[in-house]
Amino acid sequence: MKKRIISLWFPRLHSDRILRRQPMTGPFAVTAHAQNTDRLLCVNQEAQSAGLERGMSLSDAHALCPSLRSEPHHPQADQYFLSGLSRWARRYCPWVAQDGGDGLLMDITGSAHLFGGEEAMLNDLGHRLGHARLNARWGVADTRGAAWALAHYRPGIAAMGETERALNSLPVAALRIAPQEDVTLQRLGVKTIGQLTKLPRATLGQRFGASVLMRLDQALGTHGETISPEAEAPVYATRLTFPEPIGLSSDVMAALERLLPALCAKLRDHQMGARTMLLICRRVDGQDQQVELRLARPLRDAARIQPLFERGVGTIDAGFGIDQLRLVATQVEHLAVEQIAHHAPQSQDGLHDLITRLGNRIGLDNIQRFLPADSHIPERSFKIAAAAWSEPSGTWVSPAPRPIRIFPPEGIAATGNAPPKRFRWRRQSLATARATGPERIAPEWWLMDENWRSGMRDYWRIETQQGRRLWMFYTPQNPGWFVHGEFA
Amino acid sequence: MLLRFSDIFPLKRGRAHEVTGPSAPVFAGISVGLSRMPAFWFVEDWMHETLNPMGLIPYCDPHHILIGKCPTPTDVLAATEEALRSGVVPYVIAEISKPLTLKAGRRLQLAAGQGRATGIMIIPQGMGSNAAQTRWDARPKFSTPNDALMQWSLVKNKSGTVASWDVRWNEETHHISVVPKAA
Repeated sequence: MKKRIISLWFPRLHSDRILRRQPMTGPFAVTAHAQNTDRLLCVNQEAQSAGLERGMSLSDAHALCPSLRSEPHHPQADQYFLSGLSRWARRYCPWVAQDGGDGLLMDITGSAHLFGGEEAMLNDLGHRLGHARLNARWGVADTRGAAWALAHYRPGIAAMGETERALNSLPVAALRIAPQEDVTLQRLGVKTIGQLTKLPRATLGQRFGASVLMRLDQALGTHGETISPEAEAPVYATRLTFPEPIGLSSDVMAALERLLPALCAKLRDHQMGARTMLLICRRVDGQDQQVELRLARPLRDAARIQPLFERGVGTIDAGFGIDQLRLVATQVEHLAVEQIAHHAPQSQDGLHDLITRLGNRIGLDNIQRFLPADSHIPERSFKIAAAAWSEPSGTWVSPAPRPIRIFPPEGIAATGNAPPKRFRWRRQSLATARATGPERIAPEWWLMDENWRSGMRDYWRIETQQGRRLWMFYTPQNPGWFVHGEFA
Repeated sequence: MLLRFSDIFPLKRGRAHEVTGPSAPVFAGISVGLSRMPAFWFVEDWMHETLNPMGLIPYCDPHHILIGKCPTPTDVLAATEEALRSGVVPYVIAEISKPLTLKAGRRLQLAAGQGRATGIMIIPQGMGSNAAQTRWDARPKFSTPNDALMQWSLVKNKSGTVASWDVRWNEETHHISVVPKAA
């Protein structure tokens, strides 16, 4: 069976995207910054009739047309917009691929009759795109190359088997050949595809290499060319639109109750768990209110996520009402399906939920746990890791008794390498009753540490007559005494 | 009737307690260690006097301690209340730098009661609230055999008398014992 391909070209995609958002009349252009100047990338109809064209520098354009309004080019947004369009185009056929940055390819083989034939399908397509205020041109042919040529040079339908006739009068540039090859062909007097096909293939191959021949064959269908729709990354988002705006937080929670199971089912299908969720509430006045939920563990259990949203939902300013809710899992992590065991280890779910709730108040990174580290330096003998992204691991070994509190070293007035008999610390007069030590700790020379500039330290555990047990050190290379921590 | 140490420690569940003095972190650490369960420990993030997990090893497993660094004193109280109310962890410890008001203390009591969890507020001297179930003053005491003796004085008790004990933590048996006072 012969294939039928639609090539859809959006000649003003960049400006259409922006003008859809912020409708305006008058000349408008999208500019791209290249080689130190802003050049016009895409102009709307009014700007074109004012004499502006693609590739012109912005300052020239302003001179020609002072009322020109412009916006910088945003490639990512355009790409996103085009992928949205390709998703939409799947209403016509299952095979839709993006073609360059401004076109779509649709393989409508066998699906045109569902819309009442190609004419009717294209009418529908044109009507809908026009309604969406998008400039589009399309070509329908048996091959991808021919459809592209028609879309760009003479929009219309080439009936089945009529490809060659439809292409005959088109310029050679319609073959998707490199500009240089186009120029050379023009110089040789080969203006149209019809003239090109009449040339003997051998000379063509000798003169231009395989590329022009390949493009010609692709357009005429003797050389196959496939359409490969890229696999869509799954979108973890659901939404709910209300007939009447809502304003109560209990209503938002009720809506969440509907949104969450749908999203969680999707996550389960892909064996994913959400790490960050975003609830976007669209208000009737067009402003968005967002609630972000950062979870301590990847999760896809609707019943557990629901109560975690309570605090965030309470902070929403509903204004005159919310008419659409959108729930997106903005950050997902792999979460394999787990078997339910009879003797499951003690569940940590409650703890993780508590970490999530607290994290939404004080920041998820601020809930930390200690992990052992391999170092003799007291401050580096443990690591502090965010509890949400770490598991308790490793064993705790203490080389010698360590104080329960440590603080930046506080100098005291004392001399000599023997612990002072009496000293003042934090406005207290203390008398040493027993001194245990010294324990010598040398700095880790392979790591730069400002605090250890004073060289090695001799640590002493000083028990005072007054009761307090301090951890003090003496620096023999830079004589001085410091209190570094306190035992209980 | 004389108050026995074993009647009052481990601390009464479902209530908020206060502890002051240099040995307050050990007091909290021992409480957590005896429960062998995870515990939250809330501090304000500017505090430079930090808990050293290496020093906690004799008393409890440092893996059990989850530190919550709160930006403001109010957040410490709010987070403590939330953790107490959830009842997921048996002990919630908070280090407080501002005097605890009666209202705040009362809210913590209610939250602890709801979650059947025990709150231990480490407070600077004289900054407690009247709502506390008990208030302790824990400080190290010098003793001639080197045995890390501590003096734990019960300075406020809502449901009984006050007393003072010399206690010692036995690392091997994981047990706290009262040392009889010398006559």
